[in-house]
Amino acid sequence: MSTQTKDHAELAEIFNKDEARVNWHDETLWWVRQKRDKAAHQIPEWELLRETASQIKNNVLSNLNNYLVQFEAQAKANGVTVHWAANAEEHNQIVHSLLTKHGIDRMVKSKSMLTEECHLNEYLSQHGIEVIDSDLGERIVQLADEPPSHIVLPCIHKKKEEIGELFHKHLGTPKGNADPQFLTETARQHLRETFLTRKAALTGVNFAIAETGEFVVCTNEGNADMGAHLADIHIASMGIEKIIPQRKHLSVFLRLLTRSATGQPITTYSSHFKKPRSGQEMHLILVDNQRTVQLGRKDFRNSLKCIRCAACMNTCPVYRRSGGHSYHTAIAGPIGSILAPNLDMRKFADLPFASTLCGSCSNVCPVKINIHEQLYKWRQVLVKEGYVGTTKKLGMQAMTLTLSSPGFFKTAGKVGRFVMKYAPFAVSNPLNPWYKQREMPAPPKESFGEWYQKNRNHAK
Amino acid sequence: MQNSRDRILAAVAANKPDLLPLPEIPVFSPETEDASFILQKFHATATTIGSKIFMVKDFEEIKAMVSEQFREGRIVTTIPELADIAETDLKTIPDPHTLENIELLIMRALFGVAENSAVWVTEDLMQQRAAPFICQHLAVVLNAADIVPTMHEAYERIGSADYGFATFIAGPSKTADIEQSLVLGAHGPRSMTLFVLE
Ligand code: SF4
Repeated sequence: MSTQTKDHAELAEIFNKDEARVNWHDETLWWVRQKRDKAAHQIPEWELLRETASQIKNNVLSNLNNYLVQFEAQAKANGVTVHWAANAEEHNQIVHSLLTKHGIDRMVKSKSMLTEECHLNEYLSQHGIEVIDSDLGERIVQLADEPPSHIVLPCIHKKKEEIGELFHKHLGTPKGNADPQFLTETARQHLRETFLTRKAALTGVNFAIAETGEFVVCTNEGNADMGAHLADIHIASMGIEKIIPQRKHLSVFLRLLTRSATGQPITTYSSHFKKPRSGQEMHLILVDNQRTVQLGRKDFRNSLKCIRCAACMNTCPVYRRSGGHSYHTAIAGPIGSILAPNLDMRKFADLPFASTLCGSCSNVCPVKINIHEQLYKWRQVLVKEGYVGTTKKLGMQAMTLTLSSPGFFKTAGKVGRFVMKYAPFAVSNPLNPWYKQREMPAPPKESFGEWYQKNRNHAK
Repeated sequence: MQNSRDRILAAVAANKPDLLPLPEIPVFSPETEDASFILQKFHATATTIGSKIFMVKDFEEIKAMVSEQFREGRIVTTIPELADIAETDLKTIPDPHTLENIELLIMRALFGVAENSAVWVTEDLMQQRAAPFICQHLAVVLNAADIVPTMHEAYERIGSADYGFATFIAGPSKTADIEQSLVLGAHGPRSMTLFVLE
């Protein structure tokens, strides 16, 4: 049925073999989620900010072609060369040809999930070009020859001892040293040499402003800036959905982004690149890679509002306990599971099922994407199109019945709570594709419906 | 044959939803936040995110503190008032790679933001784009009167200003990529000092 060898459930099973590690992974991400809550709760207008951000993004999607044209004109006027890439292949070719033109065979890169999506590093290395990732977490997974497992915390799945071992092997640190301070200092020295010797730097883009033609890159480490300001040629790659209309809209998004991501009030650097520095070339690549297809899917187009904060991953019980790699796609977690089937329904048919549909993702999303509803809708599409095996179909028919009938839902909830309280192992049945290794979270004693009934009567 | 640009734009035009309005950004900041409260907030946030912050009366005080803290190493400034304790020729340096051995850079910021303690610096204030990132330590001078409550007032202040490059800097460069342990001094400055002129 599928060209890939293992699906999410099977990959999650491998991750779940080491229970202590799963617990640690789960707790670490939950801790990040709690930091997000603390930061959000300090802003009384948080919900209004989310709503505003969501509406700005709705406007962007509904007027995207005009904003793109405006952005291009402004960027060009600023002295930036603008390129358009229909797909990953064209994006990679553009980068390659720019490097070839300048006779460059070594490039430094800061975090860009888009280049992961396009498999740029593999492409360039096949063409004899060395790429060094400069974000510490990305450098670590690069040394380990793995993809990032998380869009904000690329090596969140790695223990410091493993990182110490990698550094020992590749950077010559003493064996057995796993001190984060020491390892970070080693990486600093190693990458400083890289920054100082590379003539080309590639960065991602967090936001691009149609009104001014500038683009904004957010990092904590300062690696995007170190690369870009020392290089003769700066290439910035962005998906076409990263446009926002005006500069002042950054106030809304910069307030939301890092609080949602790590609980910090803002990243250390929010750098606004408008014109190349004198003597420098600045290139910007606008990439489609099927974003326009997703834009045409009424039920899924909202996924293009994503600002890549990763809050939906940190909060997701499935992500936390299955690990980013089990999603076998560049962007893991709930949002990745909506984006990936757009790229390839057959290959990623399993991902919308890697969810409990608990809705926690939608609750934390700073741009209010209805993530869990889209996951549910993808399941229906994928079943209808014939991409889903029988096990999942059966489970889903039950789910459809539950969700479509309120009466049944109430009863099912009661039974569910009873079953989970007294026979949690029973939930781990073959109808539940990913719950194999996991007991369900402790169920609340009464449902909101029951609680509401009781308390409403009391209040009277 | 159409090129990718035209094809992408045509696909967007064909697939986008009906036009939805661009919302106004609501006014969030309470009017009651007076200057001393905003300064206090800036101070507290700066400390939380790992910056050092000092209230100073004048440049003489800054000079004394810098000389006390930094006894050796290359000190560079873009502030004319500090010319007697630091190099000031950043503008004339042709190659940013030669900034590599800067121990301390002292520069001006246009304003600070209380909610996140970020300061806004434009290319003309840094003179070399690489400077505030490549230095081992960074110190920024700003006026107490130039602190705004939130990012909304910040962008109001920036308005339609023109610059080649500009950035918000909030604290020292940092990473928590290794098991979420916070380490200051990732690739950029290991420390960030804020001098607030009263
Ligand atoms: S979908 Fe929402 S919560 Fe998830 S990464 Fe995107 S913006 Fe963040």
